[in-house]
Amino acid sequence: MNTIAVRVQNLGKRYYIGQKQVKYRTLRDTLADAFAAPFRRVGKLLRGQATGAAELDATIWALRDVSFEVERGEVVGLIGRNGAGKSTLLKVLSRITEPTEGYAEIRGRVGSLLEVGTGFHQELTGRENIYLNGAILGMRRAEIDGKFDEIVDFAEVEKFIDTPVKHYSSGMRLRLGFAVAAHLEPEILLIDEVLAVGDAAFQKKCLNKMQDVGQQGRTVLFVSHNMPAITRLCPRTILLDGGRVLEDGPSYQVVGTYLSTGLGTTADREWPELQRSPGDSVVRLRAVRVRTEDGQVAEAADIREPVGLEMVFDVLRPGYMLMPYYDVFNQEGVKVFAAVDQDPDWRGRPRPAGRYVSTAWIPGNLLAEGMLFVAAAMRTSERKFRRFHEREVVAFQVIDTLEGDSARGDFAGRLSGAVRPLLEWRTQYTPDGNKLDDAYE
Amino acid sequence: MQEDVERHATTADFFHGMAEVPIIRIEPSQGWVSLSLRELWEYRELLYFLTWRDIKVRYKQTVMGAAWAIIQPFFTMVVFSVFFGKLAGISSDGIPYPIFSYAALVPWSFFSRGLTEASNSLVGGANLLKKVYFPRLAMPVATVLSGIVDFLLAFVVLLGMMFFYGIMPTINALWLPLFLLLAWTTALGTGLWLSAMNVQFRDVRYTVPFLAQFWMYATPIAYPSSLIENPLLRTLYGINPMTGVVEGFRWALLGTDTAPGPVIIVSSLAALVLLVGGAFYFRRMEKTFADVV
Repeated sequence: MNTIAVRVQNLGKRYYIGQKQVKYRTLRDTLADAFAAPFRRVGKLLRGQATGAAELDATIWALRDVSFEVERGEVVGLIGRNGAGKSTLLKVLSRITEPTEGYAEIRGRVGSLLEVGTGFHQELTGRENIYLNGAILGMRRAEIDGKFDEIVDFAEVEKFIDTPVKHYSSGMRLRLGFAVAAHLEPEILLIDEVLAVGDAAFQKKCLNKMQDVGQQGRTVLFVSHNMPAITRLCPRTILLDGGRVLEDGPSYQVVGTYLSTGLGTTADREWPELQRSPGDSVVRLRAVRVRTEDGQVAEAADIREPVGLEMVFDVLRPGYMLMPYYDVFNQEGVKVFAAVDQDPDWRGRPRPAGRYVSTAWIPGNLLAEGMLFVAAAMRTSERKFRRFHEREVVAFQVIDTLEGDSARGDFAGRLSGAVRPLLEWRTQYTPDGNKLDDAYE
Repeated sequence: MQEDVERHATTADFFHGMAEVPIIRIEPSQGWVSLSLRELWEYRELLYFLTWRDIKVRYKQTVMGAAWAIIQPFFTMVVFSVFFGKLAGISSDGIPYPIFSYAALVPWSFFSRGLTEASNSLVGGANLLKKVYFPRLAMPVATVLSGIVDFLLAFVVLLGMMFFYGIMPTINALWLPLFLLLAWTTALGTGLWLSAMNVQFRDVRYTVPFLAQFWMYATPIAYPSSLIENPLLRTLYGINPMTGVVEGFRWALLGTDTAPGPVIIVSSLAALVLLVGGAFYFRRMEKTFADVV
């Protein structure tokens, strides 16, 4: 029995840059170009410049020589920088756009979810949109009938089900869209960064739902920038860069490569331009760095040594009581801890304008080994208001040495757990066990 | 090699009794591609929902609502009756001018609206094109289909006018669905060409209203085709498929004696050429839609 669900062979997709940048052309432009192009070409020839199709029509390969196979029931993550070709790959696999070369073979019904609520119509009610959206995503009418109540339940919109969607809040619309999509039952599911939106609680619900999906033996290809989600949901990950497969293997390994090669989150993140930095008119985040005790920016830290999380921010409007804080996640997406600024000099004190560098020291012998992802955030205490919240702003690796003086002792195997504190072990020894009772007297 | 893979797959499926697992092969297409009408049929529920959406949404947030379906042809008829019927005194084959022109305006409105909206269907639904796969033909097809509701509303008024003028429909009225199909085919055929071109060239959007107006005067709506006396020329007039539709409607409902036989044949052929050509052109351009729109 053939268990390959998706086979991709030397797949390539070329875009004409003109096509990608200029949304559309008018006939006049095309005619003018058609007239001018030959002259331009002649001109180039006379000037001795190279000609040829590649030179004349600037193109980019969004995908090139991409080959991989996905077994039935596998859940595979797709990661890479923006523009690495992840979304293009999903578009090709879901037949939205055609490849330029190579081929892909897909066995089974495909459901693709590149956006939540595709085709929602503002004027239609929630009920009507469930049917419309379901049909667009490839569900049969009978199928939607059967799952209707479940969908409404998941979306938590019972009361508004007969209200036009235009009166919904954006959160409700999103929930409704995801609820429909979550009840798709294709054999192969292609998912693009759709979880990057929505409130945290619902996001969690979606992630759980997706985990269920994986456990039902469905084949899933999942694009995300959310590394913890990737490592949690997908045993295997494919890393794309510049349209090519850079690495394909176990998620923890591939995610590790992604982060350590500087393709993804690193230990040092800066926003040189104030206008583009996260934040608002009160405070802006300018840099976050991971440092070791000797002040070096470090991608990796010894498990026994403290690690400093340094946050550089500019206060633009004085008079606010600021609370910088960090959330630290591990590879499985588990939040290991959250920590709010405790510096007694600034606690409960309005801050004057200026630049601040706040460093939080994580003691050695606390974190477990592996990749850790840091979210840097800022609240003002007066109002429960988040000034910025940057997820996965930096990441670093904790390495457990095998010298025997960390919490793993002399055990060299795989040690799990979210933290790995070095505890104080005490041992009482009695040479003759039979006299145990006496020893306590 | 390619065929080997596929043959292997089908044999395997046969032996494991899972023949229903579809194998989709995604590869670059070259030049003209097949219409994949079977796939369109498999997506008939989506076609249904898209049509249903167009109908539901059309007159939302309008004061007049579905009355718009009647107002447009009706008032055009009034204007035509005053200027062409009364002032210019154009002949109407012995039938009261208002119903003579209205019987033509009903299928015409269906056609021109279908044409206009089909042309914009892809650009209007750009978001769908970029985010989800389905046979793209479904979009213009659904748009033209949804116009049938408007047609029926305007048609009821036509029946009322016939009653008012004391005109009994003849047995030929049984042919009406065919004439409607002809109008639908023409609208879709033209719409396919224009919608596919519109993706590439937004000029189409500005061309369509002009084209529709031009086409209306090239169709015997305000005047009878009997103005053309040479029978051969009149038959050739059928190259404009809407000539066949309009004359067909008048013949079937009002009993005009311009028996449309040869005209209908020419019109049907023309419409068919338009539709088939449009469908193939559409399919050929289809692969660029999501990238360009």
